[in-house]
Amino acid sequence: MKLSVEQAKAWIDRTNELFQQQKQYLTELDQAIGDGDHGLNMARGFQEAVDKISSNRYEDVGTLLKDVAMTLIAKVGGASGPLYGTAFLKMSQALAGRQEVNDQEWIAALEEALAGLKARGKAQVGEKTMIDVWEPVVMFLREKGRLIAGEAAQLAKQKMEETKTLEAKKGRAAYLGKRSIGHIDPGSASSHLLFVALAEVVEP
Amino acid sequence: MNYVSLVLVSHSEEIAKGLKKLLKQIAPDVRIAAAGGSDGEIGTNALHIQDAIESVYSEKGTVVLFDLGSALLNAELALEMADKKERVRIADAPLVEGAYIAAVEAGLGKPLEEVVQACEAAKQMVKIVK
Repeated sequence: MKLSVEQAKAWIDRTNELFQQQKQYLTELDQAIGDGDHGLNMARGFQEAVDKISSNRYEDVGTLLKDVAMTLIAKVGGASGPLYGTAFLKMSQALAGRQEVNDQEWIAALEEALAGLKARGKAQVGEKTMIDVWEPVVMFLREKGRLIAGEAAQLAKQKMEETKTLEAKKGRAAYLGKRSIGHIDPGSASSHLLFVALAEVVEP
Repeated sequence: MNYVSLVLVSHSEEIAKGLKKLLKQIAPDVRIAAAGGSDGEIGTNALHIQDAIESVYSEKGTVVLFDLGSALLNAELALEMADKKERVRIADAPLVEGAYIAAVEAGLGKPLEEVVQACEAAKQMVKIVK
């Protein structure tokens, strides 16, 4: 199976729709253990990204994702801007010049994004961050060797829910220590939506 | 004379600009760029920081100082995106005290590594002797 530029664009569009719908939910998660702006930030950033890419024609997936990355870097406040910006930037570099992307290339691009996220956030699995969703999902896809996006999204949901049991070690939530236990990490929730949108586009 | 330059990264545009003004009093010859806020709001922005780094780039080196949390993520990302970055260092120092020491040292014509070391030592600075 190959992903086209249009499908990549549809992924960003669908992600934006989900962030607009879940803006309040993401904000509530962030109010519990962060500074309460995650929903607003993601909704604003992805709306800007969609505005940017819908007014352009793209020959390749890399250029499309680079525009998404630069918009997020410019427009999303807090740690989410540089983190999601880095993830999309790494994917755009991995997919530079590709008019179509096969499963292997797409998984490799997600691996690059994960490596970028870990380097930028200096986070590991178990620290109640978006890495708790990204790493198991990317490893699952790597192991299967196919972009089975529906199953990946289910795993993302499970891993997001498991962040509830973890104590935050990074970011604003880390100041709460054990009091962060019992809440879902907002970054893991927005990451889950990204994989849900991917599944809807890849396996409609 | 060639000086190490400074970039001040803060969540607040006013903090970065005010600090630059303060430092210019003691180190008028040192090139200093303020990268505070994000599009006029509270926050930091990698593109603003990248512009700031490039605007004061010096062969002798540039020290980037930052305030809180995501300022570091954005400073690191800015550095990755910048064209010239070999002589740019992000200092692990308190913003105000660290930048003050960095400005003094840079103004004396000290090399990059010495300026970085001096401002990172600001973490251990005793402010009230008891």
